[in-house]
Amino acid sequence: MLQINGLRVAVEGNEILKGVNLKVNRGEVHAIMGPNGSGKSTLANVLAGREEYEILGGEISYNGKNLLEVSPEDRAREGLFLAFQYPVEIPGVSMSNFLKTALNEIREYRGQEKLDAMEFFALVREKLQLVRMDEKFLSRSINEGFSGGEKKRNEIFQMAVLQPQLAVLDETDSGLDIDALKIVANGVNLLRGKNNAIIVVTHYQRLLNYIVPDFVHVLVQGQIVKSGDKKLAFKLEEIGYDWLKEDVEEIEKMVAA
Amino acid sequence: MSDRKFDAKQWYLSNFDIFESSLNGSKNEPFHDIRKRAIARFADLGFPTTRHEEWKYTSIAPILEHKFNLSTKPVAITETTLQRFLYEGSAKNILVFVNGHFDKKLSRVENKTKGLVIDNFKNVLSNGSKLPEKYHAGFERMDDETFSSLNTAFVNDGLYIHVPKGTIIEDPIVLLYLSDSQKDPFVAHPRNLIVAEEGSHLRLLECYHAISETAYFNNVVTEVFVEHQAVVDHIKIQEEGWQAFHIAKTQITQERRSVFNSVNIDLGGALIRNNLNVRLNAENCETHLFGFFLGTGTQLIDNHTFIDHAKPHCFSNELYKGILDDKSRGVFNGKIMVRPDAQKTNALQSNKTLLLTDDAAIFAKPQLEIFADDVKCTHGATIGQLDDEALFYLRARGIGENVALAMLRYAFAGDIFENIKINSVRKALAEKVFERLK
Repeated sequence: MLQINGLRVAVEGNEILKGVNLKVNRGEVHAIMGPNGSGKSTLANVLAGREEYEILGGEISYNGKNLLEVSPEDRAREGLFLAFQYPVEIPGVSMSNFLKTALNEIREYRGQEKLDAMEFFALVREKLQLVRMDEKFLSRSINEGFSGGEKKRNEIFQMAVLQPQLAVLDETDSGLDIDALKIVANGVNLLRGKNNAIIVVTHYQRLLNYIVPDFVHVLVQGQIVKSGDKKLAFKLEEIGYDWLKEDVEEIEKMVAA
Repeated sequence: MSDRKFDAKQWYLSNFDIFESSLNGSKNEPFHDIRKRAIARFADLGFPTTRHEEWKYTSIAPILEHKFNLSTKPVAITETTLQRFLYEGSAKNILVFVNGHFDKKLSRVENKTKGLVIDNFKNVLSNGSKLPEKYHAGFERMDDETFSSLNTAFVNDGLYIHVPKGTIIEDPIVLLYLSDSQKDPFVAHPRNLIVAEEGSHLRLLECYHAISETAYFNNVVTEVFVEHQAVVDHIKIQEEGWQAFHIAKTQITQERRSVFNSVNIDLGGALIRNNLNVRLNAENCETHLFGFFLGTGTQLIDNHTFIDHAKPHCFSNELYKGILDDKSRGVFNGKIMVRPDAQKTNALQSNKTLLLTDDAAIFAKPQLEIFADDVKCTHGATIGQLDDEALFYLRARGIGENVALAMLRYAFAGDIFENIKINSVRKALAEKVFERLK
């Protein structure tokens, strides 16, 4: 489904990703772990199509298409979803107007009938329960005045409504209490299926207790230095996440030990 | 071989001679003396230039290049054409004017409340019914500047509403000015007078539309008297043609405990100047002025507002928002005067503009003149651009760039439209504006 080869990306002249390789198949859940500044969020944002990143080299293929040539909206319409690390507040645009527009633009792109108001509300009502959010939430402006936890749940709610093929969760767990963490994990696990893939970008191992990954990758200084199965996450936990060293060789040594 | 420079002032003075000779018998009415004094005042004042402080950012030179003829003949409009400009459920009381002339066939007034007058001005005068002296006198009080003097000089027709004491008019009264200048580039001077007597409620929807896309000039004066405890909602929607000129003075006089709500929407026109003046003439008045302007192409939209806090304990709240695209220009001049008497005044003013291009420009000038010491006055002006993060967020959910931009632009101004209390009007305008923002 997703194949990243030798991806090199710079932000404002600084090279952040220095040759990332990653292959994600349908039905798989991948976790990308790493210290602050390792390039995790850059990778997530490049996948979603954020324009301020400069692609220095490499390629990303998604369902056989060259993803780097696809606009952000078309990526979403092709089934890619980014749960934002910092969801944006947009005063004056209601959640219901936003989601209905998004859903119908995606449906139109796929040659499906647009949903009318009734069908739309039936759909979102069900998904709201999933993230335990009140219906009143639909008439509020996007993320405006939401607590940190509400913003993250809102991302999962949108994901549940849009039903992406490939979901990228950018530190969706950060700042969540245990109850909210369970709600988020539950939403993600419900999406999980043989036709979908999920990439969980996280700083901590704790989310992976609830969303059990098939693969774990360790990203340090713009490169994936180690890949393994879920046991790798436990191993990282054991050695105490001494990320601050940010020394590739050091970490490789620890992980190999 | 070139023409000598066209003398616009002379042109309008000679327009007056033509007008006078067309009046026949009615030029002997006492009213005509008012006209004559007004044209003399116009002759004194002449047209303002950009050296004039009130016209610093708005050059009226493009208007003065045209030899507009005084509109003397009505142009026939079909019912089908009229339908294009009506809002659902808002056509129970409607007065239609075409090129400044009342169109009786297209107008109707369903409300038969005793004492309520909804009529055209000319009809009121020719029926021999007299306007109350108090309001009559207002005609000259207005003429402190060129365009209202000109309007008074050519006073001929317009809307007259008199809502009697304690009467509540639930359905909006729609005032529709349609312009068709295809055959005749005309100037019209509509004059509207609205009197809401003590404790009455009135909702007025004042609309301007073009049927042709050729140049014309509407020079409007509207006077509104909001008496003791009366409530007047005034929605003005200006959608003149792209070549059209529109200069309007709206003078509000509020008495004790009255409420005046204004929503002013500017979407059309080549050069637009609104002067909205509110005089708070007694204690405990409340005034809300909301405005939205959308400029594209080379449009120039100038809003001058003046809230005159003459008496204590009044509240005024003003919010004007504009979106300017292409090479359009906007002017917002918000004057608030708090006179020495007007203690405990509470006046809020805010002006926000969104510039969509580097060539678009806004000249924003809050002008607070405060002569009382126990008052609360705030003002703020912001000029901004759209948030790229917000745009990316919407696109990342599958919303195309154009629609996403329109959503964000509309969101910027959406709170202005929320103040339009007539649902069908709000909805239709929102859709229209959203389409233009794509």
